[in-house]
Formats: sequence, structure tokens, C-alpha cells
Amino acid sequence: MRFARRDSGRAAGEGPTSSVGIGLRDGVPIALAVIPFGAIVGVGAVQAGLGKLQAIVVPYIVYAGASQLVAYQLVRVATPVLVILVTTTMINLRFTMYSAALARYLEDVPRLWRAVLAFFMTDQGFVLAVHRFESERPPARRGVYLFASWLPIFVSWTGSAVAGVLLGATVPPSWHLDFAVPLVFLSLLATALGDRPRLLAAVVAGTAAVVLAGLPLNLGMLLGSLLGIAAGTVLGRAALAGEGRP
Amino acid sequence: MSALPFWLMAGGMALAAFAFRASFLLLGERIGLPPLLRRALDYVPAAVLAALVLPVFVDLHAAWSAEDSARLAAGAAAFVVASRTRSVPATLVVGMGALWLLQWLVVGVGPGG
Repeated sequence: MRFARRDSGRAAGEGPTSSVGIGLRDGVPIALAVIPFGAIVGVGAVQAGLGKLQAIVVPYIVYAGASQLVAYQLVRVATPVLVILVTTTMINLRFTMYSAALARYLEDVPRLWRAVLAFFMTDQGFVLAVHRFESERPPARRGVYLFASWLPIFVSWTGSAVAGVLLGATVPPSWHLDFAVPLVFLSLLATALGDRPRLLAAVVAGTAAVVLAGLPLNLGMLLGSLLGIAAGTVLGRAALAGEGRP
Repeated sequence: MSALPFWLMAGGMALAAFAFRASFLLLGERIGLPPLLRRALDYVPAAVLAALVLPVFVDLHAAWSAEDSARLAAGAAAFVVASRTRSVPATLVVGMGALWLLQWLVVGVGPGG
């Protein structure tokens, strides 16, 4: 799958089926790529002592793998539920930023559908959407596009989690399948570095997060993100000012 | 995990996650963002992904092992492939392949990380 720099040569007045087609073309490869991630989350739940039914329900209602993995680790060491909730809230705060970034593209989508779409928002889905909406030929129907690209990812990821719950004990640890999770995020990061300010944002955020990794409640990740966003914004403004634009 | 703590945890996480995801999508029209914040949003993906990913590869708080070097090298190779090909499957293949190869070399050659 390519994060295409150019769409096929469709006219601007394309119909809804094209938005579905583009959505599927973008989303299905990601759906396949997140299978190891889902499976690891499923296995992690069982290893933390959750019952099979519990382990299956969580991915469907929370649908936030990074926070689930952390929650499972905390459950293993008998952390109080309140602490788990505060920690996972910090981790999932980044979804507010994604929500704010996507809002401008979805103003024409009816509010109810926006709420439904919101449920399926993920890191991968967000990067995909922004990339596609900013491309040279964005889909005509953005809401339709998002359903077409985000739903396969949901089905694949949650299905893989179920598989992980039911089959997890059988996968050998020497396969290091857990490494697939950062690899997916790494590939998304590479596609998000479109210009120098974004590169700076990533370098600052990553460095800060590494240095601050000792902070509790995943604050290192949050602070690192904020610092990176600030750095990118500053450099971006300087670049625009240099070109004589406000 | 017993029922009440489990549902408090799972339910709380589910509600918070959805609230964050829906927040600006539902409220966005009523809360106009100043231009500076709008521009800042452009840098969210790059910053957040980097802040999520880099600590996985570089852990300053634990002793460095050969296994960590293998992961870092495999991650670097995967990053190069990702930048060039923009392909998620290719990145996975190269990254996992490099890791397995390096792990095999490390286990085969070194004292075992």
C-alpha cells in the first residue's frame, strides 16, 4: 500500500462510490498491518488475569490499544482502579488533539454521523485521514471515506484481539510479535514527517518523551507531545514569516 | 478480575476514550479555534507519534542490553524503509526480518544480551 502522493486522475465531481473505493484502498492495508497489534492486546488481557469474556469485551468498547496494554500491566500488579483510570486518561488525551485536527474537515457531516465516526478513531486512522484530506485529490465525501477506511481497521483489530484471547498461549515468545506494534507506529511517523517543522516537532517530542519517561501517569509522553507541537508551530510560523506571509 | 472493578475500569476507559474522540467533532463549530491553535494542530501527528514510539526504542532508565541494540537497529532500518516506500507492510517485513536476523546473530554469537 502506498500513501499515494497522487490520486488516480478522477475529476473533482466524483461520486460517493469513489470515496468508498479510496477509503477501502487506504484502510484495508492498515487493517492487515494492525493484526499483530490486536493479537498482542488480546494476549495481554488474558496474561493480566482477565477472564476470556472480559478480555474480549474491552477492545470493543475501549478500542484504544496503547492504553489497554498499560492498563493490563497495572492490573497485573494490583493497581487501584482509580489510578488505572487516571493513567489511561492521560494516554488517551491525545484523541482530543486528533478530534480538534479533524473537526475542520467534517463540518458538512451530520452531527450524529460524526459521533458514530468518532468511536472508530485511532492513531493510524487519524494520520491516514489527514494525509488523504490534504492530498492533491481528496475524496468528495469525507464522512463516507472515513467509514470505508476506518471500519475495516476496527473489524480487523478487534477480531485479532479475540484471536489473541483465544489462541494467545500458543504463540512462541521468541517470535517477538510485540515488536510489530512499535513498527506500525514507526511507519505512520515516517509518513507524517512532511516538512521541516514537522520533523522538528517529532525530534523534540521524541527526545522529550525519552528523557521524561520516568514521570508517572505517562506524563512524559504528553509533555513531549506538547513540546513537540510547540516547536513545530514556532518553526512553521518562522517559515511562513520568511516567505512574507502572516 | 472480579466484576465490579473490571466494569468500573473498562467502562471508565471506554467513556473517557469516546469523550475525547468526539469532543471537538461535536463541539467544534461552537468553539472557534484561534489561528495559532489551528496551525499548531498540523503538528499533532508528528509529535504524538514520535512521543509514543521513541521511548519504546530508547529506555534511559534500564540497563542497555544487546537485545535493545537489536531492536534499535531493526527500528532504524524499518524507519528508513518507511520513509522511502511509505508502505506499512514493507516496513513490517523489513522491521521484523531485521529483528529476527539480529536476534539470531546476537543469541548465536554474544553471551546472550
